[in-house]
Amino acid sequence: MPFLTRLFVKTALVYFIAALLAGLLVAARPVLALPSIVAALTPVYFHLLMVGWVTQLILGVAHWMFPKFSREEPRGHDWLTWTIFILLNGGLLLRVFAEPIRTVNTDPLWGWLLALSALLQWLAAMAFVANVWPRVRGH
Amino acid sequence: MPKPSIWFLRSALIHLALGFTFGGLLLWNKGIPIHPLMWRLLPAHMEFLLVGWTVQLALGVAYWILPRFYTQRGDVRPVWLAFALINCGVWLAGMGATLAAPGWVILAGRLCEAGAAGAFAVNAWPRVKPMAQEASHLR
Repeated sequence: MPFLTRLFVKTALVYFIAALLAGLLVAARPVLALPSIVAALTPVYFHLLMVGWVTQLILGVAHWMFPKFSREEPRGHDWLTWTIFILLNGGLLLRVFAEPIRTVNTDPLWGWLLALSALLQWLAAMAFVANVWPRVRGH
Repeated sequence: MPKPSIWFLRSALIHLALGFTFGGLLLWNKGIPIHPLMWRLLPAHMEFLLVGWTVQLALGVAYWILPRFYTQRGDVRPVWLAFALINCGVWLAGMGATLAAPGWVILAGRLCEAGAAGAFAVNAWPRVKPMAQEASHLR
């Protein structure tokens, strides 16, 4: 298994645990009378699961298993895959903090950080499509 | 990679790009408001990423890697039908809800998606079998 795949898959596993812990907190809020900021974790919980775990796992396995790009670069451009990893995780982590904090702090900085998070994750998806598209082909 | 898998995976990548674009606009709008109508993108964002990207990717990879009958992957017609139905379904259900179309449009979309699942299962069901060596051992 290539290094970048291991990185994606292990990071995905960390998000999987984090997502279920976030879900646990959201479910525990009404029972344990936790602060209202915890309710704002609902979209964070869902995106930790679907972006951090499911999509990141797919990205890692696709990097490993899809048909080879070329003899010289069998898995496409490694620098681009590194960029995807950094953009996706940078964007997702930014969201994890900015989205709940924005509900209790009116500083516009948090809104701008949320917009930046959107941009980073969008760039990651576009870069992944560009990187993997030539590898989706016959023999 | 067989031709139906190429089509499923390329379509999945297009839905990933569109789904992340809708999601990016939604998240940006949450941080820095653009327009209240932006929230109407939410059903399309969810449908494109859950069914158009994740489910369609699973179908494409399953058709590619499930056990074969010697060198054949069984009758390909239900697989092409599944491809047509799942893509019609995603657009009808996702864009139908986003554009506030009548309820029957969304219903038709869901019907297409259910039909895609059934058609795909016609091909996949007999391919879920032990490998030749295991089969002879079981006999």
